[in-house]
Amino acid sequence: MSYLEKEGSGGLWSWVTSTDHKRIGVLYLALLTAFFWVAVGIGIVMRFKQLSAGDFLVSAQAYNALFTVHGVIMIFMFVIPGLPAVFGNFFLPILIGAKDVAFPRLNLLSWWFFLAGACLALASLFTGPGAPDTGWTFYVPFSLRTGTNVSLAVFAAFVLGLSSILTGINFITTVHRLRCEGMTWHRMPLFVWAVYSTGWIQVLATPIIGITLLLVILERAFGIGVFDPGRGGDPLLYQHLFWIYSHPAVYIMIVPAMGAVTEIIPTFARRCIFGYRAIAYSSLAIAALGSLVWAHHMFTSGMADVAAVVFSLLTFLVAVPSAIKVFNWTATLYKGSVDMAPAMLYALTFVFLFSIGGLTGIMQGALGLNVHLHDTYWIVGHFHYVMFGGTGFAFFAALLYWFPKMFGRQYDPKPAYYAWALMFLGFNMLYGSMLVLGMMGMPRRYYAHLPQFHTLHVVATVGSWALVAGLVVLYWNFLRALVFGKPAESDPWGGKTLEWTLASPPLAENFETLPVVTGAPYSYNPRTPA
Amino acid sequence: MSEAGHSDYQGAKIGMWLFLFTELMLFGGLFLLYSGYRSLHPEAFHHASQGLSVLLGTVNTLVLLTSSLFAALALTAVQQGRSAESARWTGLTAALGLVFLLIKAFEWGMKFLHGIYPGSALVKALPQGEGLFFGLYFTMTGLHGLHVLAGVALLSVMALLVRRGTVAQGDCVLLENSALYWHIVDVIWIFLLPLFYLAA
Amino acid sequence: MTTMEREQGHIVEPKVLVRVWLALMALTGLLVASSFVSHTLAVWAMLTLTPLKAWLVLQFFMHLRYEGPLLKGMVLVALSVLVIFIGMMFLDLGLR
Repeated sequence: MSYLEKEGSGGLWSWVTSTDHKRIGVLYLALLTAFFWVAVGIGIVMRFKQLSAGDFLVSAQAYNALFTVHGVIMIFMFVIPGLPAVFGNFFLPILIGAKDVAFPRLNLLSWWFFLAGACLALASLFTGPGAPDTGWTFYVPFSLRTGTNVSLAVFAAFVLGLSSILTGINFITTVHRLRCEGMTWHRMPLFVWAVYSTGWIQVLATPIIGITLLLVILERAFGIGVFDPGRGGDPLLYQHLFWIYSHPAVYIMIVPAMGAVTEIIPTFARRCIFGYRAIAYSSLAIAALGSLVWAHHMFTSGMADVAAVVFSLLTFLVAVPSAIKVFNWTATLYKGSVDMAPAMLYALTFVFLFSIGGLTGIMQGALGLNVHLHDTYWIVGHFHYVMFGGTGFAFFAALLYWFPKMFGRQYDPKPAYYAWALMFLGFNMLYGSMLVLGMMGMPRRYYAHLPQFHTLHVVATVGSWALVAGLVVLYWNFLRALVFGKPAESDPWGGKTLEWTLASPPLAENFETLPVVTGAPYSYNPRTPA
Repeated sequence: MSEAGHSDYQGAKIGMWLFLFTELMLFGGLFLLYSGYRSLHPEAFHHASQGLSVLLGTVNTLVLLTSSLFAALALTAVQQGRSAESARWTGLTAALGLVFLLIKAFEWGMKFLHGIYPGSALVKALPQGEGLFFGLYFTMTGLHGLHVLAGVALLSVMALLVRRGTVAQGDCVLLENSALYWHIVDVIWIFLLPLFYLAA
Repeated sequence: MTTMEREQGHIVEPKVLVRVWLALMALTGLLVASSFVSHTLAVWAMLTLTPLKAWLVLQFFMHLRYEGPLLKGMVLVALSVLVIFIGMMFLDLGLR
């Protein structure tokens, strides 16, 4: 009996109390999708406002709240949990030939923490003295002084972090303990390597933001004074602590996305992945190096020059393992028989958009240019290329790739292509304009704009409509497939990793008998030795 | 490689250690802040530290170190099949944790009586840096105290489970993990002692 | 090490634990005493004796000494990360 039907009634209660990793993955998918759309809605309102240079649609204070909430929801409730929580939960155990994660009950608990944190975050909008208006970074001293509901929002982020930590602990332990017979480290699918690397960032970096956010709460509640310059405190130390987590968090978002793309490309190129070990170790290298670059967010904050030079250099270095991946993906495509199925198209779009995001990142990592670009729309454009163009598109690619396996239904590929065209066009209009606007000097988070920026603001807003139209088509197509889709085959794409040996949808126990692995994953021609 | 997660002894221990790392990093953020501020205000930290009782800090250290010994003895006892003895050691560990908390409460109480508490007028009037010292002192010992409290609760439950035989020789990973938690709380205190009480 | 022992971990003899405890007590005494002698000595004692105490607890009370390379490696990674974080923050704070 498949995991969807098991546990009797199949009512909501049997889902939210299930310790089955597949069900938990689907539960995350449901929550994440809901929050994603809330934040998309907020984004659309913000873009709408920018159709006018001055007072329009929402007040300036409401605009501050909108970009804060858009950021908090998108970052803490969509992109950070994103691929690990949904696809990591669903596929990590399957890909290594296990029946579940190491701590199934802890896994369920982490979902409940996520739900609790999300409810608190939403509550912070509608209760108390008003929605937080600090930006998602909660920088002191403003976050200590504003009268809005910052404490609750910050506590929500703390609880969401706790959920992320528990997931990380679970995945690391699972990879160490539950690999099936013959599944050596170098036979693991590369998505597993990516999620494993991510787990380490989650475990080692998340507690730092936890304590930082707690300090903000304590400061607001009791006035302990640790970030108050009047008492000798240093607001820059807040920024250090904040980015020690929040920069690696970028890699929590992007590394599993890279992992998913690494699964998709060999399947649709019908070739074994090029440079298996290079990709595997570059995940670890990104996790390690990416933890040591945080202060590049603070170049204009008045930190020491020597430190700025070191952090700038390290920032450039992260490009190396990232480029290793891009080159290996490209090399995998070479001489492959490429099948441009929707999942593949979205995965390749990821490579393209992520490359733009990555290269613009190198530019702003240069100390001189950073002074010009800091806190402008350039930055907003850059990180949307990474988070949306990167993680977002990889998320859609993964969903297109694994949807038939997860739900046992096949979707119609055509609307997925239309959606892609709309999204690709809209995306580049929206965020490409932002890059240019930023270079021209448009500061981020500003309510009003000067006349010379108006045309590009209108272009960006029109782009946002195309982007959302594409998203609607994409999600509508998924919903339709859930209800009316044809039953999916067990291996619709000709994939060679373990999940494709299972029925679609998989059995509650995953494997009737645990598999024995004898070779490398992606065993297309030419074979590579394990 | 084992089949089912729940009976995986090594897996449970890896999971616990990973959790301990998160505790380490949680306090690590505070240690980072402490070292940063101490380097910015060495004199003020030196001066403010004189306001803390070395005696109370040291006694509490000895209490916690001893409780850690008891926790380790409890594990050895259960591993060797002496359940009753193990339950006793576990209970004593929790009891010493309570003693620690009592001393801590007394110490905080004395500070409060003298008008030194987070955000008090007196602390706000202190010279630059000294207020920071007390802010960090209350935050770090407070957070540590919460961990001790959680540990006391955990170990009390463990004492019961060991007594009932739910945790016994051959299946004692719960006690082992609880002891690991207790030791890490101890390790953090080992660092707090010189940072706050001996900085004068 | 027999299979049985591996399944429930290494057993540390009580007398070893008591010895470690005595060492911890002695080190604490030394640490407190040195803080009364001079400021420099106090700082040096803090920088050497405190990690030594923590190391003893980790090695013996927490059985790290008897664990395999995996756990030891993990602990090393976690500790290094913390040290590197603090060190890199001082790149800014110390040189500002």
